[in-house]
Amino acid sequence: MTENLLILPILIPLACAVFCIFLRNQSRVQNGIAILGGGGLCLAAALIVKAVIDRQILVLDVGAWGAPWGIVLVADYLTAAMLAVSSVVALASVIYAIHTISDTEKKLYYVPLINFLMMGVNGAFLTGDLFNLYVWFEVMLIASFVLMILQGKRSQLEAGFKYVTINIFSSFIFLAGIGILYGKTGTLNMAHIAVAIEQSENAEFINSTIVLLLVAFGIKSAIFPLFFWLPASYHTLPGPVAALFAGLLTKVGVYSFMRTFTLFFGDKVEFFASLLLILGILTMVTGVFGAASKYDSNKILSFHIISQIGYIVVAMALFTEFALAAALFYTVHHILVKSNLFLVADIFNRRFGTSDLKKMGSLYKTAPFLALLFAIPAMSLGGIPPFSGFWAKLTVIWAAVEAEQLFAAVCAVLVGILTLYSMVKIWAEVFWKAKEDSGPSIQSQKTHLTQYVASIILALSTLWISFHPQPLFDFSNQAAKQLSEPSKYIETVLDQSTKEDRHETHD
Amino acid sequence: MKSIILTQTTKFLTPAFVILSLFITYRGHNLPGGGFIGGLMLSTAFALLAVSDGVEKARHALRVSPEFLIAAGLCIALISGLPALLGDDAFMKSLWLPEFSLPLLGKIHLGTPIVFDIGVFMTVAGFTLKVFFSLCREEEN
Amino acid sequence: MEAFYAILIGILFAGGIYGILRRSMVRVIVGIILLSQSINLLVFFSGGANRGKPAIMDGETAPSFSTMADPLPQALVLTAIVIGFGLIAFVIVLFQRVFSRLQTDDTQELFKTDS
Repeated sequence: MTENLLILPILIPLACAVFCIFLRNQSRVQNGIAILGGGGLCLAAALIVKAVIDRQILVLDVGAWGAPWGIVLVADYLTAAMLAVSSVVALASVIYAIHTISDTEKKLYYVPLINFLMMGVNGAFLTGDLFNLYVWFEVMLIASFVLMILQGKRSQLEAGFKYVTINIFSSFIFLAGIGILYGKTGTLNMAHIAVAIEQSENAEFINSTIVLLLVAFGIKSAIFPLFFWLPASYHTLPGPVAALFAGLLTKVGVYSFMRTFTLFFGDKVEFFASLLLILGILTMVTGVFGAASKYDSNKILSFHIISQIGYIVVAMALFTEFALAAALFYTVHHILVKSNLFLVADIFNRRFGTSDLKKMGSLYKTAPFLALLFAIPAMSLGGIPPFSGFWAKLTVIWAAVEAEQLFAAVCAVLVGILTLYSMVKIWAEVFWKAKEDSGPSIQSQKTHLTQYVASIILALSTLWISFHPQPLFDFSNQAAKQLSEPSKYIETVLDQSTKEDRHETHD
Repeated sequence: MKSIILTQTTKFLTPAFVILSLFITYRGHNLPGGGFIGGLMLSTAFALLAVSDGVEKARHALRVSPEFLIAAGLCIALISGLPALLGDDAFMKSLWLPEFSLPLLGKIHLGTPIVFDIGVFMTVAGFTLKVFFSLCREEEN
Repeated sequence: MEAFYAILIGILFAGGIYGILRRSMVRVIVGIILLSQSINLLVFFSGGANRGKPAIMDGETAPSFSTMADPLPQALVLTAIVIGFGLIAFVIVLFQRVFSRLQTDDTQELFKTDS
């Protein structure tokens, strides 16, 4: 059964987490296991990508309970792409954490928590059951709650309070949406729900669910009026955790948007699509203005998560096949670049012992290679050709023009310019500006080779997309084709159950 | 706060709760009960001990750390899914041994879902006790 | 019957929101608990309110919702209760840590990371 491949992205982190809890006091062994696990995840993701290219859609009925009743794991092009990119980010994060996370924190189960987080993220990408999606969200959230307050700093506890409260609230909203949807359709399997909505006579009944899901996923993915928790919390995180959160957590929300809205609501939601478009534009604009107003490297980067989410939401809201492909392309590019930026920013923050840009300067003289490492993701985020950000922004803007949403296209261009401004600001302040003598009070930390290695992995992936955008774009196109014609997905998922009656229990 | 009545009754209640929790876990496959309830009952036993005799005593009586229980439970739950892979079946498909009878216990029917339930039992007990102990410790400080 | 429960869910939800918006952390916890209960009820009644009908079939009569309750919401609400239990336990520990570290339970004083 090649379908059992789909369980690997969930099992590998779980196994690593369990081993690392047993080996609590041996941080070296934990590092080894974490890297092995990250490598294993990458390998599993690669195998899944290959299997998906061969067979389009893979479905695993967990426990051999057929589709509408049991929980299914489904991998299509979208899932495979998200799995692949998230495993690369996870690998980079664990490599970076080897020397930057102290042994005290490793004793407090840092490595197991990272693995639980990855288990939740991968599970959310894979599952084909709406309630199961909620469960994976919770796995991911509880792990992220603990990771956020692990170091026990004052600012982290304060940030953790807000993060926890708002995220629990969004989970409850999501659960309410699921409950109402179940009441209306009588099923939880996503493909089956899609069928039920398709066949129902009054399509209005899904509107309440759409609003609830919009709010729930909106909080998770930090879109316009619901993003305030993100810039209030992410800048307090330690480097590798921030990279992982910035790259993955909001993107799980975005993924859920893509999955549910294309599958359930399809073309029934003109109103919500236009609402989402407006929200996306506002997200872009407010995020980038927030970033422009900050003078702290981590806060600038946190606000840029929001503005980049805006691009993805705009592309998604256009709802054409090309726009969906653009959204996926943008997501993949963004995850790699944003995680890398947080890692590089953490390297120079550690050097200066602060994240305040005013206290930094003239790093180019002492660390030209670091400057290069920063330049690759920064220019990519700003959208300078030939970097991946250029292709990503180009496709989004192109899709907007094609869908005759010129205002969105103009906003996207302007936000791109402002993004570049923020990146140039960091660059100029950190690397070029002459450093003011601020006395010996600031303590700098040595940079380890592993930190560079982690950043280089992500930088190379970005460069590969930059100079070879075509394979990824073809892949995104395939994904968009599947998303815009969900009948294939529905057929494959529900077919599994009828093909053979694997329902017989033991007696 | 020491109470002689509580300390004395706890001596009897703790072992009773432990045995009851195991029984509830075992019968849980087709009847009310199961790993979650059993785990909660087990944690009640040690929580009671912690309230009456102090956290250190309860930790000592548990012998392993709550974290170890969580990890072991997850490990067992994970393992319960693996036998299906050997038979080239979907992950977590339930497999059962043939039924047999034992003198005192009656009909015994073992299979992978029971293994999974034991995993749940340990994980839940470990998590609840971890939370409880850490709250108690804060209180004592 | 459904109308009564709908109103009850609404009251619980409103109470939860009110609690979350209060300044004291303890009330935030109470708010979260109320919210969790209201959503659990909502999920539970998503299968309809059936009084005195168990979710068990005898294996002879054909299953129908006139004789039995929908078992799935019951399973869902169990899972939701379990998850809610874990979340609330964690939240209580977290808020306790925040309180002992910051020496305040006034959420209005937690604004230092905002700007």
